[in-house]
Amino acid sequence: MADHFTKNMARNIYYGGSFFVFLLLIGLTFDTMLELPKRDHRENITAAVVQGKKHWEDNNCIGCHTLMGEGAYYAPELANVFDRRGLGNEETFKMFLKGWMAAQPLNIPHRRQMPQFNLSEQEVNELADFLIWTSRINDNDWPPNIEG
Amino acid sequence: MKYASQQVAKPYFIFALILFAGQILFGLVMGTQYIIGDFLSGYIPFNVARMVHTNLLIIWLLFGFMGASYYLVPEEAGTELHSPLLARITFWVFAVAAVATILGYLLVPYAKLAEITYNDLLPTMGREFLEQPTITKIGIVIVCLSFVYNIGMTILKGRKTVVNMVLVTGLIGLTVFFLFSFYNPSNLVLDKYFWWWVVHLWVEGVWELILGAILAFVLIKVTGVDREVIEKWLYVIVALALISGLIGMGHHYFWIGPGEYWLWLGSIFSALEPVPFFMMVLFAFKMVKKRRHEHKNEVATLWALGTAVMAFLGAGVWGFLHTLAPVNYYTHGSQLTAAHGHLAFFGAYAMIVMTIISYAMPIMRGRPQGNSSSAQRLERFAFWTMCLSMIGITLALTVAGAAQIAFQRLPESGEALSFMATQEKLIPFYWIRLFMGFVFLAGLLTYFASFFVGKTDKLSHA
Repeated sequence: MADHFTKNMARNIYYGGSFFVFLLLIGLTFDTMLELPKRDHRENITAAVVQGKKHWEDNNCIGCHTLMGEGAYYAPELANVFDRRGLGNEETFKMFLKGWMAAQPLNIPHRRQMPQFNLSEQEVNELADFLIWTSRINDNDWPPNIEG
Repeated sequence: MKYASQQVAKPYFIFALILFAGQILFGLVMGTQYIIGDFLSGYIPFNVARMVHTNLLIIWLLFGFMGASYYLVPEEAGTELHSPLLARITFWVFAVAAVATILGYLLVPYAKLAEITYNDLLPTMGREFLEQPTITKIGIVIVCLSFVYNIGMTILKGRKTVVNMVLVTGLIGLTVFFLFSFYNPSNLVLDKYFWWWVVHLWVEGVWELILGAILAFVLIKVTGVDREVIEKWLYVIVALALISGLIGMGHHYFWIGPGEYWLWLGSIFSALEPVPFFMMVLFAFKMVKKRRHEHKNEVATLWALGTAVMAFLGAGVWGFLHTLAPVNYYTHGSQLTAAHGHLAFFGAYAMIVMTIISYAMPIMRGRPQGNSSSAQRLERFAFWTMCLSMIGITLALTVAGAAQIAFQRLPESGEALSFMATQEKLIPFYWIRLFMGFVFLAGLLTYFASFFVGKTDKLSHA
């Protein structure tokens, strides 16, 4: 590296530059926090949605599935499963999910197996409410199509 | 070795490598389950295997970073470690907590584990990479605080070299950002937004400082190049890493709720993230070329160069490949993400830990100029086997990802194949990945063997 570029200059870029960019990140985060209520529709987070998220976490669903593209890549995307399997109808989706959860594991030889989580009917409904709320988050139109 | 207390690094390195072996075994289980879906599914469901695989990775890298710090900080500071006893206690606390947590994953269903660890009191579980019970997370914080205290006190009473200062900023950042793992709001968007403050600000932020500092230390040692020169490079590299990486976090905010300006910010800043990695390659090769002595531990130099190159490929090239928003729209959460994850973690972080082990372990075992030439030959073979098989895994997953996108993402709804139907089509690529995984295991076993051969040979420097 050129000699006229001294170690002190490099140090100042490190401390000064990263400090400045970190402040910028904090500022952008504040702005995002102001914008998010319009995009996540938090007014629709009911007690059932809160419980549903808890069932989602307690059973480590993210260990196989993705949710808005994040998680493991072993099983289908679930942020749009309401649209894919419930066709956008809440009753239809809850019926589907109840049947699907009860049928696990499918025990089809060599197929990937989803475990049986022994959720009660109410718990499945809460999980459904969480996934329905999730499907309505404004996520810049991701995924590209219904298959996720 | 200049100070007796540097020796506390040894159990950290040994335990890190044991956990590394566990990580690879569970990787192979998952690699098989990707092809034969019901393989061991009644005993080790995929989600459990994945949790063990990724958590072992994180834990062994932390053990590696800690060992590296306990080794290099006293030498840089020019003084004994503040408290070797505390470092030994911390080791056992962390090791016991890690083993107990992994056994918890394997022995009881996850929901049960949440229940018996009182997750409801402060729910933090069930989020990717942060699956640890809350009590384990508290343990990690205590371990990190004890570690940072010990390292910080050592630096305060000794020389504050650039390597030490960059390292300790990285370690403080690691501890501080981990605190975000305790924030788990019921609003999924907020949860995800701040989840990245742990995950991204670790691996694309403060961990790069740790990586840079360790690499700089090893290069000073094996090349004998003037510290002033190396320190200037280190400053520039870590500065660029943070300047690009902090706002580069925006590339994770494209599709999880935050607003549209992140599409621009995330794309532009993360497109710059490869620059510090490219500079790391220039830096490493330039320093080795300008070396002022021939250190007999040649394989440690190879690891240092290899880390720079593989980190650039994995984090830099494979990261850039899918970081621009219009591309990421199609690649997000596909096998391409997995390809990038594997090469980046191995190239940057697994390899820097093996670099410092390769340099420091022989010294701690009374071989200041490195292992015997037969041991080094075996280690070199292991290096190439692991690097090439990891590139093989990455290429297989890259092709699988491209095919997945073509079948499942690009066509319109109605035309596109479903997720499960697409996975069927990817099986040939998954076979190649699994085969490469076994080659990697062979490389790892060879690496382990290199610690045990050539003891009786004449030391190469003698």
